[in-house]
Amino acid sequence: MVITEEMAERYSRHFVLKEIGVSGQKKLLQAKVLVIGAGGLGSAALMYLAAAGTGVVGIADFDKVSLSNLQRQVIHGSGDVGVDKTLSAEKFISRLNPDVRVILHNAKMTVDNIQSVISGYDFILDCTDSFESKFLINDACVLSKKPYSHAGIVCFEGQIMTYVPGKGPCLRCLLGGVPPRDGSITCSSAGVLGAAAGVMGSLQAIEAVKYILGIGDLLVGRILRFDALKMQFSEFDFPKSDSGCAVCGANPKIRSLADNRAEYEGTGCM
Amino acid sequence: MVKVNGVQLNIDGKTIAEYIKTIQYDIRRIAVERNGNIVPKSEYDNVVLKEGDSLEVVGFVGGG
Repeated sequence: MVITEEMAERYSRHFVLKEIGVSGQKKLLQAKVLVIGAGGLGSAALMYLAAAGTGVVGIADFDKVSLSNLQRQVIHGSGDVGVDKTLSAEKFISRLNPDVRVILHNAKMTVDNIQSVISGYDFILDCTDSFESKFLINDACVLSKKPYSHAGIVCFEGQIMTYVPGKGPCLRCLLGGVPPRDGSITCSSAGVLGAAAGVMGSLQAIEAVKYILGIGDLLVGRILRFDALKMQFSEFDFPKSDSGCAVCGANPKIRSLADNRAEYEGTGCM
Repeated sequence: MVKVNGVQLNIDGKTIAEYIKTIQYDIRRIAVERNGNIVPKSEYDNVVLKEGDSLEVVGFVGGG
């Protein structure tokens, strides 16, 4: 991999970090990271991954940009309303950093396609907006032995953790399964502070970069919660997987995604 | 006394389910760890908290 003069200038603030340097930048330029969901979390994550010079950035989304997205989904602009989120995000990234190759997956991730999509990537970011999607991604990553960053955000609060195969609990260890829907809260009534989603998405991009570079301590076996109103971060240690986990435990009930199709189906945002 | 997220509470003798009902968490959207081990949801009614137990209780949200 040749570092051009333009790259040397673009990434000069990485080069001076001893944890990154030229060799770390080369790793980033050769890395493949997939962001599932180009919304509130995904906007920030995509922008920072692209700016950092991640060689291949995959974007998976099936939605179109709407005006009510723009309060938090900052990768899209007013002129993009009605456009596919994948295309709108690609436009932003190509303007930001031509070193990044963008791959678009303009489809809803399902039992039938997700494992083939994630197979081409080194690290995956779950930036989706429903527990059904979050469990689909979790189980797909566990079954395909892929590391990924989980995050969720609602109102002023969010959580983030990182799964690395064999190193710590997965989302299913922690929650068991998709929580039943809360009929009293809907997507629009719950609301979310845009910048709070940006904080969590930025943290996910940091985890991806650290994983690619092999630096620092990942949020494996730890959950970080952010409360924007109290302006507090709290850390919760969950170092061990659940040996009875239905997907990553000793005797998994879910041996293929198709075994568990019904749990992943459904729509919503909570 | 039982330590919950680092704070000592006088909840000895309660089950995990009984304790969770007294706080604001939604039982369906939390993860609970007792003395370093994740407690499966099916055990919340059975596990009785004892003097010296240490709990981590964390809530999850699903938006994005």
